Amino acid sequence: MPSFLKEFFNRNGTLMGSLMLGLVLFWTVGLIILPQLSMLDFSFRPNLPPPEIGGPKDIYTLENYKYLIFGPEGGSQDYNAVDLRVFFRTLVAAVCVTIFNLILCYPIAYYLGQNKGNHIRVFALMLIIPYWINEILRAFALRIIFGESGVINTLLVGSGIFDTPFDFIRNDIALYAGLGYAYILLMIFPIYNVIESLDHNQIEAARDLGAPWWRIHKRVVIPYAKPGISSGCTMVFMLSAGALAAPQILGGPSSLWFTQLIYQQFNDNSDWPQGAAYAIVLLVTCILLVLALMRVFKVNMGDIGK
Amino acid sequence: MSAGVGVDLENLWIRFGDFVAVRDANVHIKGGDFFSFLGPSGCGKTTILRAVSGFLEPSEGNVLIGGNNMQGIGPNKRPTALIFQNLALFPLMKVWENITFSMEIAGASARDRRKRADELLDMIALPGQGDKLPSELSGGQRQRVAIARALCAEPDVLLLDEPLSALDLKLRQHMRTELREIQKRVGITFIYITHDQGEALTMSDDIAVMRAGVIDQIADGKTIYNDPATAFAASFVGENNVFRGKVLEVRGDQALIRTNRSGDLLSRISTANKGKMNVGDDAMMFIRPEALSLAPTGTQGDHFVTAKVNHEEFEGNTFNIFMEGDGGKELKVAIPNHGQSFEDHSGQDMTLEYEVNNAVAVPAGELAAE
Ligand SMILES: Nc1ncnc2c1ncn2[C@@H]1O[C@H](COP(=O)(O)OP(=O)(O)O)[C@@H](O)[C@H]1O
Ligand SMILES: [Mg+2]
Repeated sequence: MPSFLKEFFNRNGTLMGSLMLGLVLFWTVGLIILPQLSMLDFSFRPNLPPPEIGGPKDIYTLENYKYLIFGPEGGSQDYNAVDLRVFFRTLVAAVCVTIFNLILCYPIAYYLGQNKGNHIRVFALMLIIPYWINEILRAFALRIIFGESGVINTLLVGSGIFDTPFDFIRNDIALYAGLGYAYILLMIFPIYNVIESLDHNQIEAARDLGAPWWRIHKRVVIPYAKPGISSGCTMVFMLSAGALAAPQILGGPSSLWFTQLIYQQFNDNSDWPQGAAYAIVLLVTCILLVLALMRVFKVNMGDIGK
Repeated sequence: MSAGVGVDLENLWIRFGDFVAVRDANVHIKGGDFFSFLGPSGCGKTTILRAVSGFLEPSEGNVLIGGNNMQGIGPNKRPTALIFQNLALFPLMKVWENITFSMEIAGASARDRRKRADELLDMIALPGQGDKLPSELSGGQRQRVAIARALCAEPDVLLLDEPLSALDLKLRQHMRTELREIQKRVGITFIYITHDQGEALTMSDDIAVMRAGVIDQIADGKTIYNDPATAFAASFVGENNVFRGKVLEVRGDQALIRTNRSGDLLSRISTANKGKMNVGDDAMMFIRPEALSLAPTGTQGDHFVTAKVNHEEFEGNTFNIFMEGDGGKELKVAIPNHGQSFEDHSGQDMTLEYEVNNAVAVPAGELAAE
């Protein structure tokens, strides 16, 4: 038995230790790794009617992955332009949502983390309570707010800024707002957590040594908050790239989110292997992108867990 | 030594809501001086320092640095540098980056900064340690880096908020000498805050003794020790024995005091209170443990005290005798050890003698907490 396991059992007792270890293993292996492996397996198989599963035609193939890149065999185009465009648009949009969210949430997290008192708790509560409301209801509420006769358009037209209502839905503004709003807390809280532990004297020391506010942030606060920022950005990026409800409800009619394509494959086309292949491509790309960015910004894996 | 830049506090009041943290402080600090604010924890020392450095606007009154009113000028624009109680070094920057942070802000090149950092590292006796992180240094070394970081900004006034309180005793005593030497070398004004009277006495040109937001006395260390202005200053700075009573008679610069339990005792009136103590006033008289000596038991007179011995201890350089004192506080006598024989007097009455000049009378007032 490795020594860390021995120590773990010594500390928690054999019964409690086995129980905890069992639960963690069940969680990671049973609920995460095994289902994903079966998805991986699916993605390399052809879509067959049930009687033929396990038959001679059930062989491993790259067909599903080829489909994403080249489209249907004998199709009119060289590449599967529609799906690829959706794929890249989703990634770019998820990156934009993440950046937008970071710009919005960093000042809030900084304010919450560096101020003390009751009003901070009230503020935090006001951020949390809207999340008691179901995600779908929240998305529909945003749809109403951004709608043709919604609050925002009424104000814009009423005050004479626009002559006619602006179509926030068709221009995807509602979608970005909805995605941004959906994950605000996941951005705020990791950053808040680190900034709260930042000694306020460091900020004052920097100010005392002549630094204007933006240099204090650049040199002192942001480097310190980097683990929280990376952790927040990773979560927001992963979750918005993988979001389904917000794009379904708030997306314009012409703009699909890649997850919607996956959903269509599974649900409308009943083509599980194709859906699995799409899902795997999205997952792997997102992970690679996050790892690449972590390297660029010199973030360690351990920091993400903070 | 250059003339240096002086600091003046004029009728300074600082309030937090209804709470008065600093009450009408008037202080003149000469340029190039090592000036200390000495007082117990919570008396408003840090608050005063924050008003000088610009982190806090006074509720009333003015802060003048080099004769210029600092009102409305932010901390990043004042010619001061503050050393924080917890140092507040930047943990993610290397030592040399920490030290030259002010130059980085001013836009100096990396090469200039590196050069200056090396000079300062030499000065604080940490040559070649510039590439370490603050966490890789010891407490005393971090302390010196904080000083170098503040000095690198070339302030006219260096503000130090109990910078030695986190160090162990030995290092603390060593750093006292070092700080004083650095101050002499750079020749700028140091304003030092401490609750440790030993630090204040050994390092300062002048000391302001503070009590609950009020400055009781401003003077050099010797004057404060020998000629305290208030009961608080007398009891806070150094060990002191207190005798409470009423003024019975004023004889020029001396007062005869009818003490509560030691008869009528004669004492010098402290300089600050000359002409202000009148017959019948409540008064306190202070005599240091080392100013008392043994006298033949039962001697009567206006400079003899008789009391019962509670217990005794041997401290090496002194024999200490603890006797029944006034107001529940023990009366302490320190007899220098010359190798003389010394017998235990516990439970017996003993008589002590003092020179009238070594006893000092002030109006009755609040005493420092033990
Ligand atoms: N920002 C503040 N708000 C309210 N009270 C404060 C504030 N800062 C200090 N005080 C109070 O002022 C008094 C003096 O504090 P301080 O100057 O820090 O004392 P010290 O002499 O120990 O440095 C204390 O009673 C403290 O509680
Ligand atoms: Mg303090």
